[in-house]
Amino acid sequence: MSSQMTIRDIAGLVDGRVICCEDRLSTSVEYAFASDLMSDVLTVDKENILLITGLTNLQVIRTSEMSDINCVIVARDKKVNDDMVRLAEENNIILVESPHSVFHVSGELYKAGLKPIY
Amino acid sequence: MQIRHKIAGGDFTRAGNVASAVKKILQQLNIDHKQSKRIVIALYEGEVNVVAHAYSGVVDVDIDSEKVRITISDKGPGIKDIEQAMEEGFSTATPQVREMGFGAGMGLSNMKRNSDFMEIRSVPGEGTLVELINYIRPDAS
Repeated sequence: MSSQMTIRDIAGLVDGRVICCEDRLSTSVEYAFASDLMSDVLTVDKENILLITGLTNLQVIRTSEMSDINCVIVARDKKVNDDMVRLAEENNIILVESPHSVFHVSGELYKAGLKPIY
Repeated sequence: MQIRHKIAGGDFTRAGNVASAVKKILQQLNIDHKQSKRIVIALYEGEVNVVAHAYSGVVDVDIDSEKVRITISDKGPGIKDIEQAMEEGFSTATPQVREMGFGAGMGLSNMKRNSDFMEIRSVPGEGTLVELINYIRPDAS
């Protein structure tokens, strides 16, 4: 059984609001990683990963770009800024805001079958 | 192919611009994806280091048929003890750098992990030069 999930389904599970790249919601991911430390994200050497974070600055998008992360869920009801949206659009990174905590989002997605990277 | 970019110290809005430009070039050159990702991650970490610690820096990227050689040189405080700076967890980063999601003392060791060769030379009070080499072959896919 494949454990891949589409971003559309993922956004639904976390009551997410899709901020950009809505045309890419049928993209699927297999793994998720939750961190506010971009240094940790940069050590992940898996493909097909989704990032869950509570950090909202431009380096979240830059880190995702370098790590080939194609979707970021911004948890804790944090709001992304315009610069983040612009850079995410440039790099085809889907941004989703969720009102839930990182723990809540992680729990829902783990339960639904997304894999941890370790 | 040789490319040169400048980096301004302290300007976090632009940290990653060089790595982003280089990533696009490596994609155009059809460089093996795994190696290409290692190169851009090492370069991005290096760029963040210059922005976080130095006053200004220059990145030179030299691509030939066998390797990508990157040198990142900066004017800045330099590194007093390179061996200590290489230790995971050792950091002199400011709270501002930590707020950006960095400064955990993992940058240099991650640069080493993502390069085939890395050398650091530094003169305290003057600056630091990091050389990174990654060997490449055309993407088989």
